[in-house]
Amino acid sequence: MAALLLAAIGLAAGLAYVAGWTAARRFAPPPGTTQHSLPSYHGAFVAIWVGVPALALALVWAALQGHVIDAALLRSLPASLTEGRTEAALGLTLAEIHNVAEGRIFVPPAPEVVEAAERLNRWRGIARAALAALTLATMLGGFALARARLAPRFRARHAVERALTGFMIACALVAILTTAGIVVSLLSEAMAFFRLVPPTEFFFGLRWEPQIAMRADQIAGAGAFGAVPVFVGTLLIAAIAMAVAVPIGIYTAIYLVEYASDRVRAWVKPLLEILAGVPTVVYGFFAVLTVAPAIRSAGTLLGLATSPNSALAAGLVMGIMIIPFVSSLSDDALRAVPRALRDGSLAMGATRAETVTRVLLPAALPGIMGGVLLALSRAIGETMIVVMAAGLIASMSINPLDSVTTVTVQIVTLLVGDTAFDNPKTLAAFALGLVLFAVTLVLNIVALAIVRRFREQYE
Amino acid sequence: MTPDVAEPAEVALRAPAEIAALRRRRYAAERRLRLAGIAAISLALGLLGLLVVTLVVGGWPAFTQTKVRVDFPVERALVDPADPAAGNFRKVVQLGVAGLFPEATTPQELRAAGKILTPGTQFLLRNAVIADPSLVGRTLTLKVPAADPYDQLAKGLVDRATPEDRRRLSDADIARFDRLVAEGRVSRPFNTALFVNPDSRFPETAGLAGAMVGSALALLVCFALSFPVGIATAIYLEEFARKNRTSDVIEVNINNLAAVPSIVFGLLGLAVFIQTFGLPRSAPLVGGMVLALMTLPTIIIVTRNALRAVPPSIREAGFGVGASRHQVVLHHVLPLALPGILTGTIIGLAQALGETAPLLLVGMNAFLTSTPGGLTEAATALPTQIFLWADSPERGFVSRTSAAILVLLGFLIVMNGVAVLLRRRLERTW
Repeated sequence: MAALLLAAIGLAAGLAYVAGWTAARRFAPPPGTTQHSLPSYHGAFVAIWVGVPALALALVWAALQGHVIDAALLRSLPASLTEGRTEAALGLTLAEIHNVAEGRIFVPPAPEVVEAAERLNRWRGIARAALAALTLATMLGGFALARARLAPRFRARHAVERALTGFMIACALVAILTTAGIVVSLLSEAMAFFRLVPPTEFFFGLRWEPQIAMRADQIAGAGAFGAVPVFVGTLLIAAIAMAVAVPIGIYTAIYLVEYASDRVRAWVKPLLEILAGVPTVVYGFFAVLTVAPAIRSAGTLLGLATSPNSALAAGLVMGIMIIPFVSSLSDDALRAVPRALRDGSLAMGATRAETVTRVLLPAALPGIMGGVLLALSRAIGETMIVVMAAGLIASMSINPLDSVTTVTVQIVTLLVGDTAFDNPKTLAAFALGLVLFAVTLVLNIVALAIVRRFREQYE
Repeated sequence: MTPDVAEPAEVALRAPAEIAALRRRRYAAERRLRLAGIAAISLALGLLGLLVVTLVVGGWPAFTQTKVRVDFPVERALVDPADPAAGNFRKVVQLGVAGLFPEATTPQELRAAGKILTPGTQFLLRNAVIADPSLVGRTLTLKVPAADPYDQLAKGLVDRATPEDRRRLSDADIARFDRLVAEGRVSRPFNTALFVNPDSRFPETAGLAGAMVGSALALLVCFALSFPVGIATAIYLEEFARKNRTSDVIEVNINNLAAVPSIVFGLLGLAVFIQTFGLPRSAPLVGGMVLALMTLPTIIIVTRNALRAVPPSIREAGFGVGASRHQVVLHHVLPLALPGILTGTIIGLAQALGETAPLLLVGMNAFLTSTPGGLTEAATALPTQIFLWADSPERGFVSRTSAAILVLLGFLIVMNGVAVLLRRRLERTW
């Protein structure tokens, strides 16, 4: 139905274009004047007037039809089905009516439900017909309006270009809308969460046991939502990852900038980029299948108690993933140091190593710091590796051989499966998401500011 | 450094031997740094190699599937040719198994022998008979996938030396299977099921078809939304927008969106698309919309770079012959920038193909035994399928997860390869 409608609108717009184009071809401008716009602009002008309002109507209709019909359906139900029922129960009845209307009958439905289902189907038919008729009317109206304005001196090009600019501005606003959508949805759900659980408990509480709240009628009081162990676990794993990625990344960058020949660089750089391009779910599987058992057997060999999903395994693998971020940003930073500084140092008789450690690194430090902060924000926001390799239980531990959990793991475990937006368990995920978003945002802004200032310093 | 410069006399007074020693130390430090660099690169590349080798070695066996040739007597008493779908195919399978092992007489023995074949055998049979009802009354010879433990055994992944009580197969089970091998009934053809079957509870019949279709649908939505919107945004910012507060805000926004963790986009999709707009859960439509929001910054950034690379002389020439700004951009600048835009778009889509976390949150990780038929039907995607299989306890899924990862990586390599080729072929330097 939707595809058919879209195709019809597209076809109509195409026909309108042809009509406008042929009309403009036949113009005979008054003597002494010329035609303002090319025929193609006249065609596009008519096509826009036919297509865009109809498309907007269809989209708005599609967004509203379900809600309007459901509301009307609920009001039309006999009192025996609605009296004294909660919203959730009404929703169930509504779902049953929908199922019956589409012929999916599991248990013999009540006669009122069958009646309502018939009504639903009838109304849907009416809505379909009304939509088709209205769309047609809109398109005809648009065509008539636009066609009437075509004339040799009519500035069709200006009108079309204005419409195009409007479209581009609307597209540019999508980026802003996305950010706004993230902030609003995270904030509103997190506010709902903080009405159930006080923020002080969330930010300073030491017990994280969201599972308990799943049981019915235990919303108040049950379950512990102190997120400190989750934050500690996140930081622990991120710290392990940084401990792996930062030295490897910086030494790699130093070697590539200072020592490697062009041929080596041409091979090594793309290979390192592969590390960044591998999907994170692959790293997660690698951590579970290879790294975690290896760490466990190594731990047993040394007589250490090692958890099967230790923070070390997740952190190590995450570190591998982050190496290319650190190395390529450090590479850029080292390369951005002016040639004169390096040459000056070498001319003074310093070895390359001394030049690197005493001149280049201090000069490039802000850029490298920016890269490290960006990598840290990646590590904190990384999800799949920890979902697969880290633990679920929030234990307050900074022992890398223990199992810890992270913010992203908790978001996924709280939200995967059936979700109702009325208990603290699901809402807690949004509170965690808000914290995650805020922290990564601050890290990114700081990192980008450092990198930009660093670049300006040498430009 | 500065103190050294301040006291040159001290340096000059050093004995030659002392200077030689100092130089040796300095050169040793030089070598150490160089070695540390080489070690770091070798470590990083070695880990990449380890990752690839683990996946290839682990995933290789899953590209073949052990099959057993069985003769099934499709008796008229069991299957009615008029209504083959209602036939008693369980019994037919039992007869087939009994035919393999004439010496097995007790029900226990027959049941144990039947476990060699995949539990889905009766459905395979039913489908074959429904497709060709003339088979009723004849003997149907079919190559049936072996159940997972036997598949592992045939591939040599089970150590026969393990004590019997710690194996999933008893000595009798292994003896039975070995007899089938000796009779030449066991073969190991290429595992086409991996590519044409949807997901299944049983590793031997599980495939990636549903996930591949789901990924394709989601990517289609992602492309259809992010490509036009991304290009229009980039053109507006690069060619039309005046430098002011608004365009600055949009710029900062886009840069920050590019660094927002992917799971936050999943939260957005869950809260806005599913909860507020009421779009269906698990649908490729929603998955694609979330991926589109994530890909958008990438496409905007590469498009702006490509537009910037078009020299101003092109624009000035256009203006010079009286073209409007829109005409200059649409007729001249955009076509010249298109190769760069396409390259960046393909790379952005490749990233979207590997993205898992946001798809988990919008529910594209359901267990589905059919391929999705449309944008609003429940579906999985390749990365979420990998996640599902990685969580499955059956041993057969371990190698299948690696195989699925190899398939995903194959797609990524192809996409990135096409992007590189496009760049080489079409990109021009001015």
